[in-house]
Amino acid sequence: MAKDKVKPRVKVPKKAAKGDVITIKTLISHKMETGRRKDRKTGEFIPRKIINHFKAEYNGAEVFSANLEPSVSANPYFKFSVKVMESGTFKFTWTDDDGSVYTSEKKIAVQ
Amino acid sequence: MKIYTKLAGTLLASLGAIAISGGIAFSGADNAELVIDGKKIATKSAAPEGSALDELISGWQYALSETQEMQADDFDNPAFPAVERGEGLWSTAIGSKNKSCADCHDDASVSMKGVRAAMPKWKASLGKPITLEQQINECRVDRQGAEKLKFDDNDMLAMTSYVGLQSRGMPVKVQTDGPMAEWTDKGKKIYYTRVGQLDMSCANCHEDNYGNYIRANLLSQGQSNGFPVFRLKWQKLGSIQRRFKGCMSNIRADPYKVGSDEFVALELYVASRGNGLSVETPSVRN
Amino acid sequence: MNVTRRQTFVIGAGAVAFATLGASITPALSASDTEKIIADFIGGKEPVSGKVKLKTPEIAENGNTVPISFTVDSPMTEDNYVASVLVVAAGNPFPPVATFNFSAMSGKAEASTRIRLATTQDILAYAKMNDGSVFLDKKNVKVTIGGCGG
Repeated sequence: MAKDKVKPRVKVPKKAAKGDVITIKTLISHKMETGRRKDRKTGEFIPRKIINHFKAEYNGAEVFSANLEPSVSANPYFKFSVKVMESGTFKFTWTDDDGSVYTSEKKIAVQ
Repeated sequence: MKIYTKLAGTLLASLGAIAISGGIAFSGADNAELVIDGKKIATKSAAPEGSALDELISGWQYALSETQEMQADDFDNPAFPAVERGEGLWSTAIGSKNKSCADCHDDASVSMKGVRAAMPKWKASLGKPITLEQQINECRVDRQGAEKLKFDDNDMLAMTSYVGLQSRGMPVKVQTDGPMAEWTDKGKKIYYTRVGQLDMSCANCHEDNYGNYIRANLLSQGQSNGFPVFRLKWQKLGSIQRRFKGCMSNIRADPYKVGSDEFVALELYVASRGNGLSVETPSVRN
Repeated sequence: MNVTRRQTFVIGAGAVAFATLGASITPALSASDTEKIIADFIGGKEPVSGKVKLKTPEIAENGNTVPISFTVDSPMTEDNYVASVLVVAAGNPFPPVATFNFSAMSGKAEASTRIRLATTQDILAYAKMNDGSVFLDKKNVKVTIGGCGG
């Protein structure tokens, strides 16, 4: 099992009424290495490695996104709102400095 | 808000370089209620007979409201990615015997209920008490044929937080009689022994001065009911023995080794001081 | 470490540039570098107070994880919405914290996150509307350093 495995968590209501503004919470396990810390043994800077972008799409359209800098805490957490007009799928995408992309999807039923 | 006036000049002088003072608390044991998923978790309880404390108070009560809120919602609690990972590890076969925890213990929410509340516990085969980490390591080596993990290895923390969660809300209940009596006494002796350049014991802060400030931080009773804890300082989970090490370094003492008899005895004694408090694993502290 | 103007530009250009540079350290930004990033964001408009409301703890127990949130008063319709919000921690070595982008589909222009604060300082939230106007709110956060938790 890989250490420090990056794992996204997402909380989206399972259903909502048409026109509701719902609250979404997301969290991804990530160290958010700032690029300003020094390795205690070598004295060298530890290279920056952060989640630099987060995006939430609803049925293919971007509804919320964020560009992150190293001042965002480890395990980046976001809480935000989305107005839902129809049933569909949320897709959440986190982009790592190393090029890795992590995604998570959640469905919501809108009546 | 509460005003603390418990300021002992003589004690202050004896503490030397570290200033402990009363003052207006911006937080403190403020009677907030911890409710997680609609379930109330007691963060105060009556002191057991013979306790040195008037009332048992969880460290949660000494946290700022923002930190308290983080623990009150399992999504907001930053420890939960590790807990979920622990859940995955529980049923992952490992080691030369290719066995998972679930192969023997089945459903953790049943088999592990109450385990954390009674740790450390007596291990007859070893003739001494062992911590949750040591029990997990014993399983890993003997049952799974895997290597031991350090207490603060990410996989170990995932396991201890996941197993610990199954006891959340249950009262801490470590055994202190029978063969455990000798070890409880050993831990108690360490608790009250002044050590380090600052010549302080655990009791100087966590018994004599809880509710007072040590420089910018509010001192708690040093209860262990929430461990492993997600510390904002560490930005990750950590074991109670890691915290012991930190405390000992802060008072400029040479810390015992994690997993040593001394720390196991101390963990047992500290846990016994919280007998009756609810398990909060995984808690969030500053 | 010296930061050349060219490097500064790369920093300002954002995270994508970092990714292409590969392993990199994060230099401290000078006040003028930070001003430039803010100037790029507000696009020549004078930020006025109102509309955006930043919520921060008065005191943070630990600078590593400080919960913050903001809301912007806006109908969030196709013609009138909040485009983006820039959060700046003025006292950090690298002050820009994050930029949040909204659309009419956001419903409400609000977000919460957790940030790192190196010291006691002002946090600024610049909210840019779709018409280019910019609103600003500022909050001071005291970060406790010292003791056993800090």
